[in-house]
This record gives sequence, C-alpha cells and structure tokens, in this order.
Amino acid sequence: MCACDGPVSPASRSRRGFLFKLGLALNVVGAALVGIPVIGFILAPIRRHGGQSWIQVGPIANFPEGETRLAVYRNPVSVDWDGPTASIACWVRRVQRDRFQVFAVNCTHLGCPVRWFAQSRLFMCPCHGGAYYEDGSRASGPPPRGLFEYEYEIREGKLWVRGGQLPTLAGPV
Amino acid sequence: MARLSSIGRWFEERAGLGAAVTPVLDHPVPRRTASWWYTFGSATVALFVLQIVTGICLAFVYVPSADKAFESLLYLNYEASFGWYLRAMHFWGSNAMVAVMTLHMIQVFLWGAHKYPRELTWIVGVFLFLCTLGMAFTGQLMRWDQDAYWGLGIGASIASRTPFIGQSVVHLMLGGPIIAGRTLSRIFTAHVFLIPGILIALVGLHLWLVLRLGVNEWPMPGRLVDRTTYRQRYDEDVHRDGVPFFPDVVRKDMVSMGLAVLIVLVCAAIFGPFGPHGVPDPTIIDTAPKPDFYFLALFALFALLPPWTETVLLLVGPPLAIVGLLVVPFVAGTGEKSWTRRPVAVLGVLLIVLTVTTLAGLGVAVPWSPVMDAWSGLPTPVEYVRGRTALELQGALVVQNKQCRNCHALGGHGGRRGPALDDVATRQTRDQLIRQVIQGGGNMPAYGKNLSPAEVNALVAFLETLRPANARAAKPVVDPRPPEAR
Repeated sequence: MCACDGPVSPASRSRRGFLFKLGLALNVVGAALVGIPVIGFILAPIRRHGGQSWIQVGPIANFPEGETRLAVYRNPVSVDWDGPTASIACWVRRVQRDRFQVFAVNCTHLGCPVRWFAQSRLFMCPCHGGAYYEDGSRASGPPPRGLFEYEYEIREGKLWVRGGQLPTLAGPV
Repeated sequence: MARLSSIGRWFEERAGLGAAVTPVLDHPVPRRTASWWYTFGSATVALFVLQIVTGICLAFVYVPSADKAFESLLYLNYEASFGWYLRAMHFWGSNAMVAVMTLHMIQVFLWGAHKYPRELTWIVGVFLFLCTLGMAFTGQLMRWDQDAYWGLGIGASIASRTPFIGQSVVHLMLGGPIIAGRTLSRIFTAHVFLIPGILIALVGLHLWLVLRLGVNEWPMPGRLVDRTTYRQRYDEDVHRDGVPFFPDVVRKDMVSMGLAVLIVLVCAAIFGPFGPHGVPDPTIIDTAPKPDFYFLALFALFALLPPWTETVLLLVGPPLAIVGLLVVPFVAGTGEKSWTRRPVAVLGVLLIVLTVTTLAGLGVAVPWSPVMDAWSGLPTPVEYVRGRTALELQGALVVQNKQCRNCHALGGHGGRRGPALDDVATRQTRDQLIRQVIQGGGNMPAYGKNLSPAEVNALVAFLETLRPANARAAKPVVDPRPPEAR
C-alpha cells in the first residue's frame, strides 16, 4: 500500500524528515567533493613563485662590449604545445667585460615590446611612446619605472639569466 | 497537408509549445513602439545567432593550441571550403554586434526605458554588454597572432596593477606565469563555453523581462513615470490602443534583423577575414600591437592619461563606469521619460559618445607613438639643408643619425610625439634648445649622455636655422646682457 494517502504516521513523518535531511546532506557533501578539486584546478596557476629558473642565453662572446643585442632563450616553464610562444626575447647589454645588463623586452607601462635604437641609444616602445636610456632607466613617456632587469650569471663563458614569468609591475622578472 | 497538420497536432499535444508561444506573439504592445527606433535589440539578437552559428562552424576546424592555432586559422583562410567566409562573417558580425548593441543601449536610455518598472531589464542589459565586450576581447585573442600575444601582455600589465594580489590575478588570467600554451586554452574556454553560457542565459532573462513588463511605450513629454500609477496606466493604454506584437511590430524587427545580417554578409564578402597578423612569436619585436576598434578608445586613454593618475584610473575607472551604468535606473528611475525634457541625459550621452569616438580616432592615428623607421626611411628634405654652413650641415646629419624624426616631424614627415621642427627656432632660443637637447623634459629623453658637445653644438646650430623666412627667431624672455650693453 502506498504511504502517500491516508494519515501520515509519526514514524513515517520522521522517516521522511530523515530522508530529506539525508538527501540534502548527501548533495552538500557531493557538491563540496566536486567543488574542492574544481576550484583548486581553476586556481592552480596562482603560485607565489612562478617557477623561475636559470636559463642559458648564449656564450658571452655573442655580446660585444658596449653594445646592446637581442637574445632569445627558451621559456623554462613551457609545455609541449607552446609553439612559438615558448621563445622569449631579452635585450642584453654588455657594459664592460663581465658586467652585463639583461632587460626584459616588455615595456613597464603596458608590456609592449621595446626596440633598441643604437644610434640614439634609447629603447622605444611602439604602443604609447615610452622611452628608456641605454641603462634601462626611464627616459620619457608613460612608463612608471625603468625596464625590468633579469638577474644574470656567467658560468664557463656563458650568460645565464633567471627567467620564466611575464614581467609586470606586480612581479618583475 | 492533412497529414502534416495531424503530425503538428500530435506534436502539440505532447510538447504544448504552441500554447506557450501564442500568448507571446499575441500580446499587445503600445502602437507607436512599432518604430524603427525599437529594432536595435532584435537586430542584436539576430547578430548573436549569426555569431553562434559561425562560431560553431569555426570550432570544427580551429585548434585551440598555442602551437597550431595560427596554422589552423591560415587553413581556414585558404583551404577549408568557405572557411575564409565564415571567419569573415564571425569577425564582421562581432563588430556589428558591439556596434548595434551600443546603439540599442543609447536608444533605450534616451527613450527612458530604464525607468520603473524596467530597472532589472536595464541591469541585465548592462551585463549583456559587458559579456559581449568580454567575447570581443577573448575573440580577438583567439586570433593568436602578434596583436593577440601583446594584447594579452597589455591585459596582464593592467591586471598586475591590482594592489596586493596583482601577480595572482596575472597568473590566473594567463593560466601560468607567462603567456603560452595554457593561456590560449583558458581564453578558448572562456570564449566558447563560459561567456556564451552566461550570455545565452542573460539573453533569455532579458527577453523574458521585456515580455513580462511590456515594451516601453513611446515617451511623451510631460507624461511622468510614477511608481504607484505607471503599471495600471500602461495596461490600460495597451488594451485601449495596443497592437498585437505579431505581426504588427514584428514586421520592422524582421526587416532590421535581416538587414543587420545582410550588411555583415556583404562586409564579409567585400573585406574578407581579419588576420591573423604575424606568427605569435614574442621574439619578433618589430611589431606595433593594436587592439580591435572597440578597445581603441581605451588604448588611446593609456597614452594620454598623466602617468601618476594611471594606476588609479585603470583600476577604479572601469568598475566605477560599470557601477555608474548599474545605478542609472535607481538614480533616475521615475519622472520624465522623453529625451526632449532630459537635457542632462542627452548631454551625458553626447559627452560619452564624443569622448569615446575622439579617443578611438586618436587610437587610429597614434600621434604619441614614435615612427620607428622614420630615421632610415625619410631623408632630410633638400630645402632644409640648402645654403647651410658646414656646421649646420653637421647638425642636419645629427638629426638624421640620432633618429630625431622618430618623434619630430620635419617637412611634414616623421613622428608626432614631439613638436614639428620646421619652425623650432621661432619658439626656442639657442640656450633653450641646448638645455632641451641635453636635459630633455616634457616627453623628450635627455640626450646629454648620447651626444658629444660637438654634436650638440652642430645640432643646435642647425635647429637655429629652422624657421620660416619671414618669422623672427625666438628671443630670451629676460635679456641676460647688462642694460648698458643692449
């Protein structure tokens, strides 16, 4: 006999109440168990350290003293399907023998690629007209600071930089 | 025929769709709303449907992977049957959708449709507008070319200015610490699943609200909106002097929907697909990234804002603008509806439209950007070197070699970042020129370290000759000589 018609006994009422609560609880637990990995998955890219590491940029002989040259390294945090975006460019200025300055190409204003003009000894940005001196300090325009500068090391005649994240005002290289 | 209608009856008995749709088609609307002005909304819906159809087709071929996306777009452009046309329709359709939606927004605002009881319809509309801009931005990034790569860089640079959590926001946006493979997957998911899902739900809610609350009546000057009487008066008006939505109003809507789609198809056929422009290889730095037209105004603003206001305006401005749009129906939710009696509203719209179009125009012209190849591409005009002394000619060489024309025009050619040099001698004295060259100032870098004293001397000697024949050279405001020597 169906329990849905006729008077509801106290036992059945308590059973229905229990079932309702059980159903609610099961669904809450289920939602939480799904939600935790989903949220964790989506937020996973947020890490305190972006996974920077040391990468070789090339033998220091490639960079004549007193000149600023474009160098390319392979992004250390790449995945197989990065394609052309796995290559990153930087400006290497060899000041004197073992003294270097390695700048990110990204303008500190809004990240556009700055270009080096050897004759006027300036970096210029095509987007909003920011300009920097050869030592990377801000010359004019909207940039709020000088160019982002990589840490570098010379190991056995090769230049290494510490890279792996998009340089921005919140996280310079 | 009899068989068809029996199939129809069989279907209707089970689905009951006819019974659900008929009242919608028959519902009365105010007679004067059968106006061309009221058709922008339906045109936007038509364009949205076009975007869905063409978008699904493109997804059959597009590879949302950073190493293959660019090639798959080229494949669409040149090999897939009708691929180029579908890409073109999707691009021109997106432009048209942003444009027509903006017209719709301006129209409903000027006609007072955001007032009681349609506040929620307006609010949902604001979110529809934001979602559409989100689609436009992510769509532009899915082109995965140089503009997309550096556009993401610009987006990340803006996000990085968020206080305290800037870096986390950047990493969340890029799907990692840098623009790469994981970034495109995120953009793709947003463009194809997340935002369209929200858009479809919101379009449904928007249309439901329009049906439930009725189409905004034609505003009459002096007929004020009052919360206590409005709905009753609207119902009475509609029943006394209304026309059925179908077919009386639908006619013009259908024409405008058809026209909107046809215009997109014609543009697509004539102009073809847009991009992709250049492999997204960040080591190719000879590129000048530029956004699609809907973000040109913002792009221009970034160049023109005083730097110290930038972070605050970037972070506070957009949320403030959104909040502003959302509170419009609460600030001005009753009273006069006719734009002829709402001068502040009309002036506000004019101000915003003029500001945005002026900025967008500047965004096309980019007068603030150095002309990167001016020094090598443009010889100094002969008339500027004729009859000059040897020292002055040396100065002309400095202008050429030191790329002064990247920023300064001479003879009408060159950058517009700094003032044109043709008449610089009428504005600056010799001492001022030397100071400006060595120390810089304004938007000009200091060249003190990059020029030898001899070069500065020659350069200034040449600049002093740059004035029209009939114009006087600039004089010092205060004559430094003692009075008896003047």
